[in-house]
Amino acid sequence: MATASTAPVVTADAVERLRQEFPILSVRAHGHRLAYLDNAATTQKPREVVAAIASYYETANANVHRGVHLLSERATAAFESAREDVAAFFNAAHAHEIVFTRNATESINLVAQSWGGANLKAGDEVLISAMEHHSNIVPWQMACARTGAVLKVVPIDDHGTLDLEAFHRLLGPRTRIVAMTQLSNALGTVNPMAAIVAAAHAAGAVVLVDGAQAAYHMAVDVQALDVDFYVATGHKLYGPTGMGVLYGKTALLDAMPPFLGGGDMIASVTFEQSTWNVLPYKFEAGTPHIAGAVALGAGVRFIRRVGFDWITAHESALLAYATEAVQAVPGVRLIGTSPAKASILSFVMDDVHPHDIGTVVDRAGVAIRTGHHCAQPVMARFGVPATARASLAMYNTPEDVDQLVAALHQARTVFA
Amino acid sequence: MMDSLQELYQEVILDHNRRPRNFRAIATGVRQEGYNPLCGDRLVVYVSFADGMVSDVAFEGAGCAISKASASLMTEALRGTTVAVAQQVFADFHAMITSPPAEAARDLGKLTALAGVREFPTRVKCASLAWHAVKAALDGAAPAPVSTE
Repeated sequence: MATASTAPVVTADAVERLRQEFPILSVRAHGHRLAYLDNAATTQKPREVVAAIASYYETANANVHRGVHLLSERATAAFESAREDVAAFFNAAHAHEIVFTRNATESINLVAQSWGGANLKAGDEVLISAMEHHSNIVPWQMACARTGAVLKVVPIDDHGTLDLEAFHRLLGPRTRIVAMTQLSNALGTVNPMAAIVAAAHAAGAVVLVDGAQAAYHMAVDVQALDVDFYVATGHKLYGPTGMGVLYGKTALLDAMPPFLGGGDMIASVTFEQSTWNVLPYKFEAGTPHIAGAVALGAGVRFIRRVGFDWITAHESALLAYATEAVQAVPGVRLIGTSPAKASILSFVMDDVHPHDIGTVVDRAGVAIRTGHHCAQPVMARFGVPATARASLAMYNTPEDVDQLVAALHQARTVFA
Repeated sequence: MMDSLQELYQEVILDHNRRPRNFRAIATGVRQEGYNPLCGDRLVVYVSFADGMVSDVAFEGAGCAISKASASLMTEALRGTTVAVAQQVFADFHAMITSPPAEAARDLGKLTALAGVREFPTRVKCASLAWHAVKAALDGAAPAPVSTE
């Protein structure tokens, strides 16, 4: 919003109250207070998400879209209501533009196979970036191998910022699709999606945004972004694993062939020919993860209740605090220092391998991720085999960061 | 530091991490790559054979403290043994880092420094990386990379 808004006040009390909604945060880790800083891998679940799963199975469980009985009607209503919640969360124009999948990876594969199969031809180009997660690289490599299209990669600079000049240079008349992350899981870089979408559309390409990391840190309005496809994953939206989201514009989804065949996705079946169901069911073959959808609905309602004004203010302040504190540990080098960053702090330490950092800090109650973060090309770009990564969510506190920093000092002592 | 952490990062481990022994290539040896996809670590193990003996064994590469120290200690343990003994040491070492203490009774000398790894299931692959590579070399397997996965 360009209009003057009052910045939300993030008090320690407010964070503490929020933490009370996440029972797992009171788990003791190796005798210590748990500092959960592996949110980019998955976020923890608020009580109401967990309760939604139990409540669904205790009061509404049945299969959807077929039974005429009470429970099936309840299950269908709960499932479709969750779709409305997700559509509202991303500000999709229609609920039928929200396709439920298993995860963001499946959402990308759906587009790469279905849209890619119908639209990519030999010599066409698919444009991705050098900071993509493997899930936004491999499906496109597979689509290119099938169709003869060519994969092009926009480079990043030494800070992990997208090279926009190179993007404009690589975006050409043969570019059919630009598939790019909104927030890099390995670097924390936030990409200027609005500018990328506008340029891609001007060049006649469609755009898929990988929002697996972004969607729980910043408000996403798919209509304002004018993005063609947006993918996200439920378990990072404070919801359950096994639930993914694909948003697609109606006209694009309508024109695409089905992804998987089976029950629910058909209008009619004979042995000679089958016809496809309407959106979004055309892309939802088989019994879906109904309880998962219901819980995801609870997850996105929870996020909206907390509000992105508050979440973004809190997480930005905490990232600034963490960046300074971690950088002050001798021997630490940050990987990913773009001016536009959110929630992720990737780093290496002189003489201490990330894996050893991970083990030492774990024993101090601190959960971080170590490894290549499913982004091996990013590791290669920065000449490291792996990094340690602390990643923030709405419930993290300066105390979590202090606990990490103390543990990093301990790691230095062990390996001195 | 907690006891299990001290048990894992014993002085001998830290020493072999800082100053790995036999950290070099053997131009004429069998070259076997080991790769841990979990962390991206890559080690190359070289083995020379002469008259049924492991006449020389060395390694190169980057890895965490556990994988480097394990590789370094391995080169010292296997150098000058018969191939049959080397196979037995591999089996005993593998048992030591994956089984409860009582079931891995044989004393492995300096290698027992790595026994603490069994308390850290996610690190067993680090400790076994070089060993799986050397096992492939001992078996005379085709020099395709071995993976811990």
